[in-house]
Amino acid sequence: MGFDYSGFAGRRPRVAVHKFSSCDGCQLAFLNAGEALLAVSELVEFVHFAEAGPVDPDAPADIAFIEGSVSTPEERERLDHIRAHTGYLISIGACATSGGLQALRNLYADGVDTWRQAVYASPEYVASLDTATPVAEHVKVDLEIWGCPVNTAQVVGVLHDLLHGVQPTQSRDKVCLECKRQNAVCVMVAKGMPCMGPVTQTGCGAICPRYGRDCYACYGPAETVNTDAQGNRLIELGLQPADVTRRFHFINSHAPAFRAAGNKHRSE
Amino acid sequence: MTEAPMTMPNPSLPAEAEIVERIQESGSIYTLRLRMTDQARHAAYTFAPGQFNMVYLQGIGEVPISIVSDPEDDTVLDHTIRAVGRVTRGLEQLGAGQRVGIRGPFGRGWPLDQACGRDVVLITGGLGCAPLVSVINYVVKRRERFGRLVILQGVKHTDDLIWHERYMAWAKLPDTQVLLAADIAGQGWPHHVGLVTELIDRARFDRDNAIAMMCGPERMMQACAEALLARNMATENLWLSMERNMHCGVGHCGHCQLGPHFVCRDGPVFNYTELAPLLGVRGF
Amino acid sequence: MGKSHRVLASHALDTLLAALRDDGYRCVGPQLRDGAIVFDTLHHAADLPWGWQDEQAPGHYRLQHADPSRAFAWANGPQAIKPLTFAPRETLWESRIEADGRMQFTATLPAEEKVAVIGARACDLAALRLQDQHFLEGAHADPYYAARRRNLFIVAVHCTAPAATCFCASTGDGPLCTAGFDLALHETDEGYLVDAGSEAGTAMIASLSLPAATATRVEQAETAVAAAGERQTRGLPSRNLRDLLFANLDHPQWDDVAARCLSCGNCTAVCPTCFCHAEHDVPLLDANLGRHEREWDSCFTEGHSYLAGIVIRSDTRLRYRQWLTHKLGGWHDQYGRSGCTGCGRCITWCPVGIDLTEEVARIHATGGGHD
Repeated sequence: MGFDYSGFAGRRPRVAVHKFSSCDGCQLAFLNAGEALLAVSELVEFVHFAEAGPVDPDAPADIAFIEGSVSTPEERERLDHIRAHTGYLISIGACATSGGLQALRNLYADGVDTWRQAVYASPEYVASLDTATPVAEHVKVDLEIWGCPVNTAQVVGVLHDLLHGVQPTQSRDKVCLECKRQNAVCVMVAKGMPCMGPVTQTGCGAICPRYGRDCYACYGPAETVNTDAQGNRLIELGLQPADVTRRFHFINSHAPAFRAAGNKHRSE
Repeated sequence: MTEAPMTMPNPSLPAEAEIVERIQESGSIYTLRLRMTDQARHAAYTFAPGQFNMVYLQGIGEVPISIVSDPEDDTVLDHTIRAVGRVTRGLEQLGAGQRVGIRGPFGRGWPLDQACGRDVVLITGGLGCAPLVSVINYVVKRRERFGRLVILQGVKHTDDLIWHERYMAWAKLPDTQVLLAADIAGQGWPHHVGLVTELIDRARFDRDNAIAMMCGPERMMQACAEALLARNMATENLWLSMERNMHCGVGHCGHCQLGPHFVCRDGPVFNYTELAPLLGVRGF
Repeated sequence: MGKSHRVLASHALDTLLAALRDDGYRCVGPQLRDGAIVFDTLHHAADLPWGWQDEQAPGHYRLQHADPSRAFAWANGPQAIKPLTFAPRETLWESRIEADGRMQFTATLPAEEKVAVIGARACDLAALRLQDQHFLEGAHADPYYAARRRNLFIVAVHCTAPAATCFCASTGDGPLCTAGFDLALHETDEGYLVDAGSEAGTAMIASLSLPAATATRVEQAETAVAAAGERQTRGLPSRNLRDLLFANLDHPQWDDVAARCLSCGNCTAVCPTCFCHAEHDVPLLDANLGRHEREWDSCFTEGHSYLAGIVIRSDTRLRYRQWLTHKLGGWHDQYGRSGCTGCGRCITWCPVGIDLTEEVARIHATGGGHD
């Protein structure tokens, strides 16, 4: 039957927000909530949320939000520890759900060494794994919230459902439907821009096309994506194969659908 | 411009209902006994067995639930629910005294008028028996109006059978035959081991003056319909209750479409002839 | 009503807009935005797309310069009337649990706002007629749609500039507007010819004191519209494809199109007859409050056919087949005609340029369509 959601109803669950390899941007989904954050903090007890105040990374939690990918040996151990002390574990953001930008190194056999040498003055002080990987590759994840960054509505929606004792839902529809609901003009059809909306998961409110920009797939793959058709269309719109690879690999290169689609044009 | 009355009924708007009683039927099946708090509205509410209500859980959403109480019972509306999805698992946590929203009744119910004076064959499979239990209760309460009552119920596992005592009680009624089957039988299961379709040959009814009503998995209903047709029952005497995704309940939102039919509006009870072309076709 | 056209000078369009505003209408009309012709609040006739036309092809829409004396030298944009009557997203009702545990429901019906839409095409009017059937004419009329619909005044403009993607002549819905409007305009070299299609339209014309148009001018204008129909190159093989499509549920063309289709739902969102919508609660942190919304949905999503843990149309082949068998098939059973009015939007606004007329033609050619 899976997780018993009724356990949270009518309680003030303990919530932890943990950071792994990331930019901290997804934690802003809480901090940007404004007044809603006050409401949230009355409904839940934040036992660990370094960016907002309470610091107790070892505290047992009913619900833990994990931001960031697993990219160091220390993170690998810390994640096991958190999982063991958490009831319901949620990975938030591109880094935690698909490895994020830093997972680009997974695509290159010698990526981590080459780039560590190139980036850091004293690379010997940097302890990192060869790969940056999503949380779900290491421990059981109860729910993933995709996005780079995730937004307040997503996080509040999930907390709302848990507090009501029901299984949270996340729409995995394409960005296009929301783009049309917002009465935005399709930038792909009207301007020939290489928009990734048709393969990208909704949740952002179609913010880029509403401002005349092409979606760059920061929310990761949608359900039932046809990356072959999308890739072919990008070529028809004038992109070089290497550019198509970049479109798929930009933010969520470790998400299987995007990784395969990008690699297909990379090898051509 | 088209003219329309400035005030019109709102089929989207629920009415408050109180949970009068909550009955746990089995591990995952429960019945919510509801009464609309607006007495006049409750008194004016009428439905036919097989119709459904949209039941609303505060803050979460609505779900279509068949009404299983007797249509002449003006005290409560019973909704037997399997905790299987987001809303039904949430509703499961409510208790007596708490409130939900309901709107309905929606859809087309069972053809009970046509069943008068005829043998009534009721076939259910799996956990989908609730919509037909209302028919059983209806027939039992008005026994003289109908011919033989044949109840065939199949479950995957004996543990899935709810209301076993009721089936046993019905079996003792005159002109009534109850046959149960389980794919996987637990210890001490005295009934048939196998599929519900295999019970049809043992059912005693007058094929020329019988009406069959089915509810359950589509493949089961299809197999049963074929078995009944093989016994020379006429297609127009076979009725099925269908399930589809429903949001609005009134044929507007489009989710429940099965070919040309809106299941919420044109069904959920259909004659076999209406469904036959698309029954069992993947994707419809 | 009928053949009693009046003449409205090109520079007098503002007079018409002013008269509509005096009657309490917000005018909504076509204008340029983000590289397309979109419908939005129209303040001045000068904001109309004077001198612009649209180049449309599968997956392709571009604006081009045209005769500067014409405001309606284009075929259509991504939307027209549908968002004005069937809102892309709206709250249906709110619920509140009171301190004593009682639950209150309050409907959130749209405000009564009179809207005059200018520049609707024959394909849009035919689609609106179908949406009226769907939302208003069954056993349960939808009061949200009704509130917008009864406040709508329609100024149609007969189409003389079909795009390459248009096929309203084939579906029998255009390019001449024959019903469903309050006013209909012919755009000609010497201004507009106005005809009324309703009592409200007749009253509007009367209030403008316009001179009568000569029969010759009306004839010339109608000839131009007929010629526009003849210029259309796309079409469907029949106005009733129900039996053909349902007889070909296993046709290999469904696999072929599924390989190209993104399952993005753009075709359904731009379709002026598609009515599918999802209902859900908005998550509110105050557990005593509920807000129930509906929003446009599409048969191309997994949620559309979700049922107790399974997705009935789990892949793109089944979803595209559902769309086409419904649009061109099931609609005949539901509403007595095809659900397609030939506007061509699904062809243009498909990001990968899938052309339903071509898909149908292939099934027709090899699936017994010539029998």
